[in-house]
Amino acid sequence: MSAVLQSLVNQPYKHGFVTEIESDIAPKGLNEDIIRLISAKKNEPEWLLAFRLKAYQKWLTMTAPKWQNVHFPQIDFQDISYYSAPKPKTKLASMDEVDPELLRTFEKLGVPMHERAALAGVAVDVIFDSVSVATTYKQKLAEVGIIFCSISEAVHNHPELVQQYLGTVVPVGDNYFAALNSAVFTDGSFCFIPKGVKCPMDLSTYFRINTEGSGQFERTLIIAEEGASVSYLEGCTAPRFDTNQLHAAVVELVALDNADIKYSTVQNWYAGDEKGVGGIFNFVTKRGLAKGVNSRISWTQVETGSAITWKYPSCILRGDNSVGEFYSVAVTNNYQQADTGTKMIHLGKNTRSTIVSKGISAGHSNSSYRGLVRVAPTAENARNYSQCDSMLIGDQCGAHTFPYIQVQNSSATVEHEASTSKIGEDQLFYFSQRGIDAEEAVSMIINGFCKDVFQQLPMEFAVEATKLLSFKLEGSVG
Amino acid sequence: MIKKDSSNILTIQDLHASINGTEILKGIDFTVRSGEIHAIMGLNGSGKSTLAKVLAGHSAYEVTQGSVLFDDIDLLALPPEERARAGLFLAFQYPIEIPGVANTQFLRLAYNTVQTRRGKEELDPLEFDDFVREKMKMLDMKPDFLDRSVNEGFSGGEKKRNEVLQMALLEPKLSILDETDSGLDIDALKIVAQGVNQIANQNNAMIVVTHYQRLLDYIVPDYVHVMQSGRIVMTGGKELALELETHGYDWISANKQSLAGVSA
Ligand SMILES: Nc1ncnc2c1ncn2[C@@H]1O[C@H](COP(=O)(O)OP(=O)(O)O)[C@@H](O)[C@H]1O
Ligand SMILES: [Mg+2]
Repeated sequence: MSAVLQSLVNQPYKHGFVTEIESDIAPKGLNEDIIRLISAKKNEPEWLLAFRLKAYQKWLTMTAPKWQNVHFPQIDFQDISYYSAPKPKTKLASMDEVDPELLRTFEKLGVPMHERAALAGVAVDVIFDSVSVATTYKQKLAEVGIIFCSISEAVHNHPELVQQYLGTVVPVGDNYFAALNSAVFTDGSFCFIPKGVKCPMDLSTYFRINTEGSGQFERTLIIAEEGASVSYLEGCTAPRFDTNQLHAAVVELVALDNADIKYSTVQNWYAGDEKGVGGIFNFVTKRGLAKGVNSRISWTQVETGSAITWKYPSCILRGDNSVGEFYSVAVTNNYQQADTGTKMIHLGKNTRSTIVSKGISAGHSNSSYRGLVRVAPTAENARNYSQCDSMLIGDQCGAHTFPYIQVQNSSATVEHEASTSKIGEDQLFYFSQRGIDAEEAVSMIINGFCKDVFQQLPMEFAVEATKLLSFKLEGSVG
Repeated sequence: MIKKDSSNILTIQDLHASINGTEILKGIDFTVRSGEIHAIMGLNGSGKSTLAKVLAGHSAYEVTQGSVLFDDIDLLALPPEERARAGLFLAFQYPIEIPGVANTQFLRLAYNTVQTRRGKEELDPLEFDDFVREKMKMLDMKPDFLDRSVNEGFSGGEKKRNEVLQMALLEPKLSILDETDSGLDIDALKIVAQGVNQIANQNNAMIVVTHYQRLLDYIVPDYVHVMQSGRIVMTGGKELALELETHGYDWISANKQSLAGVSA
């Protein structure tokens, strides 16, 4: 992370600057009228309403996928309210009113004091003017012609760009949850990096104004024009609580000739309690189109939260010599279930992809890697290297690997390596004989195991991710 | 209650221990005073490593009877990391590999944990680097060893040297070396022995488990104990190791009676 952003990030952050809009909530249920209502509330152009309605029609013909290795109760889509105007959070009067468990979590994660208050929703009068942080940040970006705003703003201010790219990577009928998202998405991020511009700092959702209320159907669109490059950070390591159980986001990335998009996520949604009650169902469609020659799409994710995660950030390598990368750490504990992986679709010549997946399971949890590598007949000299490692902590948990390889061009090279290891009693004894307790030992072993992925993360994110993992696995060894 | 001499570092009384319900240690008694080096010899399977691991607190073993005092604290009541922090060190017969964890990181954490416990300053990575390289020279170790994962892909000899290095770093009050000499050629053996001798002083003590007399040419013990089927069947001075070398372990059975009762 650049020094500039570093200093910006270290500034206190206050939630209170979200524009207050009169709060209103749509009646529960999903039908065309509701979609028209959402679109009207957001004052959207006709083409976007058409986009939503087309998605809805597709969705009606589809059924929820059943093939993934996770189990969850049937979701009643008529029991969800699909529109709620962003409203300011009710503030607590002091830190004393905050759930002690939450405070303990912040402390463990090393969240700075002033941020703890903000994250917990305490109305502390932070002296610092956060609007100016965001403004400085936006100004710096504007100077080089970068657009970074909410997707709703983009629809109004840059409709031609949104219309040109929205749904081109993840078509409205791509899959059940993507169709649902396309019909009812409320907000999300939009980034546009113009031709030849290297984004001078990591773009972080932390700075995107009006993030509150982007809600359970988030939509993100990132475009890097010819020769542009950007590193985008999603999420933060502080735990996110939400009353909405179902989350179905869509992220689309487009990289033109010689462009480079790096997308990093640390996901820490509420995972349910130690008995497996509650928690978010996280069904996300993330896909990058390496459209131009020599373009590159790189996904790095650290997945630690959610009761159920169902997510396959993918790359379509259409441009010749384009590169796709997927680096993932997925941690499951207690009764969490994760089914995650990637798809690398090689279409162009000399396309290359790398997959490094690290799954860590503890408690009664289950973690699956599901990956597809497809080499089309057109993809002369395509190369893929996949490495899938699983680590088990205890003997009640499971790790599964489902690699799918489809090669239709004989010049391709596809390599797949997999391993499963266990943190053994004798390893822990070795640490403890040197004075190091079990929690520290596990954290060291896990960080070693995840090294190849963590080193892909921006520096500060990597430090946070390390702490987060130790925290997530706390108490999983005895 | 055990009566304790002020210079006793380790006092073991009637120690019995089992694994998965099988009794392996069947009543061990001996005392180690500061400044002493004790050798434990005995055939494979006689319980030497079991004794070492029980003292260090491995959770697979259950102590069914007896007591162990370390200085004047009840050793058996402490979890293994507390035993280590109190100054008990075990150089493992088979040091385990820990992929992904860099040696330097591991050594520094172990060192700082023990230092903190002793009320001393921790070392930052740069200071520690200087410190550890100095100790490595003493053991004739290559610098690249610091960047490798703990014991991963190490030769037998490298693993053993790593154990001795850790001992040198942690400056334990009581070191138990479990067959640290096995798998070492004669030059390596001399280096390791030299390292051990530099660490030994009047305020600490060592228990050296070995099969071979040759180590005891370099590390001269004050006492030699012979173990058989979970008991110490004979104790003597350093000449007992030579007797064993000449006569073999069968000789023990014949002479057990006459030598029993030699003080430990
Ligand atoms: N997990 C175990 N279950 C049952 N017996 C064991 C186990 N581990 C070791 N033993 C037995 O304990 C005895 C002592 O082993 P050990 O202490 O390693 O001997 P030494 O170090 O003297 O060669 C041997 O007979 C061995 O077979
Ligand atoms: Mg042994």
